[in-house]
Amino acid sequence: MTTLSQPLPSDHSANASRKDPYALGHHGRSKYGRSEATGHGEGGPASKRIIVAYGFWIFLLSDIIMFSAFFAAYAVLGGNNAGGPSGANLFDQRRVAIETVVLLLSSYTAGIASIAASRANMIRTQAWMLVTGVLGVVFLVLEVQEFAELVAEGAGPHRSAFLSAFFALVGCHGLHVACGVLWLGTMMAQFAAHGFKANVMRRFNCFNLFWHALDIVWVGVFTIVYLMGAG
Amino acid sequence: MSQHDNVPDHDTGDLAPGEEQAGHEAAPGAKGYTIGLALALLLTATSFWIAGSEVIWAPGIPAALLALAVAQMGIHLAFFLHITTGPDNTNNVLALAFGVLIVLLVIGGTIWIIGHLNHNMMPMDQMMQRM
Repeated sequence: MTTLSQPLPSDHSANASRKDPYALGHHGRSKYGRSEATGHGEGGPASKRIIVAYGFWIFLLSDIIMFSAFFAAYAVLGGNNAGGPSGANLFDQRRVAIETVVLLLSSYTAGIASIAASRANMIRTQAWMLVTGVLGVVFLVLEVQEFAELVAEGAGPHRSAFLSAFFALVGCHGLHVACGVLWLGTMMAQFAAHGFKANVMRRFNCFNLFWHALDIVWVGVFTIVYLMGAG
Repeated sequence: MSQHDNVPDHDTGDLAPGEEQAGHEAAPGAKGYTIGLALALLLTATSFWIAGSEVIWAPGIPAALLALAVAQMGIHLAFFLHITTGPDNTNNVLALAFGVLIVLLVIGGTIWIIGHLNHNMMPMDQMMQRM
């Protein structure tokens, strides 16, 4: 028969040493009065910084799932060129290699900018973000050039199922990069106007996640569309 | 204001996606990014080289390219997005694992089912004759 000498975990009237008889929250308390969370649901709600970035991470994964549908469509339709040109005739490997290196370098400079921002160095942050933006614009110019050449050759998206799937997939990635460049511009303006405030830093962290995720999608694009398509 | 705004933006137990270390005091260096860039460039160069060469058996090239792409995506996740196997990253890794599951189902299922449908479809010229 249990007695009331053992207080329930929720019994706040018990003295401090017996507050937690089952040692459920034995991580001690930080100076903010919250227990030190260890990623296992203890210590109350996570900070806004973690919640915002985690929510954005979920969005990015759903965005990648959307891309997977375009990849799947391309995988099925890639061979249906309706008597028209195939990838081997159309793709310029040299341009794709330059695009790949440019996007990879921009991912790197975005990371360097995030380090400069975490050290609150305004000049370096803005400089590296500018480099990132310029590399993004170079990528877009190369891609638009490629699309314009294809359309001029009569290999536009209406030519065959292969080209429809190609323009949908690569164009969707290009649109994401264009949105990313615009977002980068607004982030530079926000840093200039507000400095390294916590809310601006949260947005910048989301931007960095977005930009790195675009590079991951591009790895799939250049491998499946350009390299496999030409082989 | 919610209670989130009252506590400092500092957790000791969880990492936000993309974060190398909790808090902003010990800012990470560029070393991780530089290693990631070098590895990614190496894998990219290998992909482009293999695609145009005859060093490996031709039917094996797509498999080699896929393996290199998966490796490069892993490099990006580890060195640029800082997704690790540490306990402070559990939530991020689980979300990623679920995302990868859905991606594999969508791509694999489409290639399996729609690919067969597409393969079995009557060529367009024959279809026009019967109409």
